Amino acid sequence: MDRGDRRVFAGLSFSLESGNALVVTGPNGVGKSSLLRTLAGLVSLSEGSLNLEGGQSERSVAEHTHYFGHQSAVKPALSVKENLAFWRDFTAPAHVSNFDPKEYGAQDILEDLGIGHTSELPAAYLSAGQTRRLAVARLFVSPRPIWLLDEPTSALDANSEAQLIDLMNDHLRRGGMIVTATHTPLSLSPLQSLRLEALSIEDLAPLEEIG
Amino acid sequence: MSSWALSLFQRELRLAVRVGGGALVGVLFFLAVVTVIPFGVGPDLNLLARIGPAILWIGALLATLLGLDRLFQADRDDGSLDLILMAGRPLELVVLIKCLAHWMATGLPLVAAAPVLAIFLNLEPTAIGAVTLTLAAGTPALTLIGAIGASLTVTLRRGGLLLAVLVIPLTIPVLIFGVSAADAAVNDPVPFMTPFLILCSLSLISLVVGPFASAAALRFSSD
Repeated sequence: MDRGDRRVFAGLSFSLESGNALVVTGPNGVGKSSLLRTLAGLVSLSEGSLNLEGGQSERSVAEHTHYFGHQSAVKPALSVKENLAFWRDFTAPAHVSNFDPKEYGAQDILEDLGIGHTSELPAAYLSAGQTRRLAVARLFVSPRPIWLLDEPTSALDANSEAQLIDLMNDHLRRGGMIVTATHTPLSLSPLQSLRLEALSIEDLAPLEEIG
Repeated sequence: MSSWALSLFQRELRLAVRVGGGALVGVLFFLAVVTVIPFGVGPDLNLLARIGPAILWIGALLATLLGLDRLFQADRDDGSLDLILMAGRPLELVVLIKCLAHWMATGLPLVAAAPVLAIFLNLEPTAIGAVTLTLAAGTPALTLIGAIGASLTVTLRRGGLLLAVLVIPLTIPVLIFGVSAADAAVNDPVPFMTPFLILCSLSLISLVVGPFASAAALRFSSD
């Protein structure tokens, strides 16, 4: 995978079963976010392929996937409810056979995440953590089996972090998949991990191995 | 119209008219350009009436360019563009709907303001009607052509100037036929319909080419 003429990683291969989580760790700048963006179809592969077994054949892997990056994709000028309702209507849900999502209404998930009282307020009034929780809510209103979470717990307090981990475990139990890049240990199960390590400077290509 | 398309359209319109949306910036800029020119040109009413349609058209072109750089940039800045690309909706239609909403919020006010501003320029009633009609037919083309430039410059910080440089040459045909149709309505021997129909066809061509070119550029932008 290349970004701006620079090889970020090569020879990387892994597979993930339904109901499993993969935690990607490694030092800053090694390519964790790049890996997630590649899986999300936002950066094209220079070699190799991504395959999803049992998905809807007419849809790409990215269209089975929720990407939750560093940016929250929340519009400050819209109310919390309007933000969420837009992503609910706009994001095409992906239904696959061995994934059984729990149906959430927009208000339900906002209540669950503790920001139900803000639903009529413009999103500009939310704190950083509340904005993050609003972004998390997006994953539940339009069910998709694969979640790509880039530093999901940043800006969250201990309670909401624990709650997010519960929700992630619930997603795994229902047959979903999670790939997450993180520095904080997350108690997910079943869990696989992938550690990206930078190779020596001369090679300019990080080594990768499956743990 | 399916629900996702309607939802996108409503979101775009809401964003345009609320705080920081900039729907009225274009029309205020249009007002500023058009009111300043009579002061510069001087009190020659015949001259003003002759160049009036051109002034209105150039004002509308510049005012349209002013808001275009935010068309995709605003979504890129907060990560929405990534999610839009992954949403599983046809990107060409997404671009078309965004352009439509953008035109409703920025182009339509220009068309509505044109008859009022035309009075400042000493245009006669036929010319006022003709300019307004040509703007209504031509400004969608400006937005759609501009969308191509907006998606090409989406990865650049402060790409607004580059956008203008890219887009202005492409909009010159629209300007030529818009102004000549408006002129033809006043000067008798020239038929009005010929340039007007060419203007309409330019709008229709950009309706097809704009969303496809713009969607292709957006797909490559997300690196």
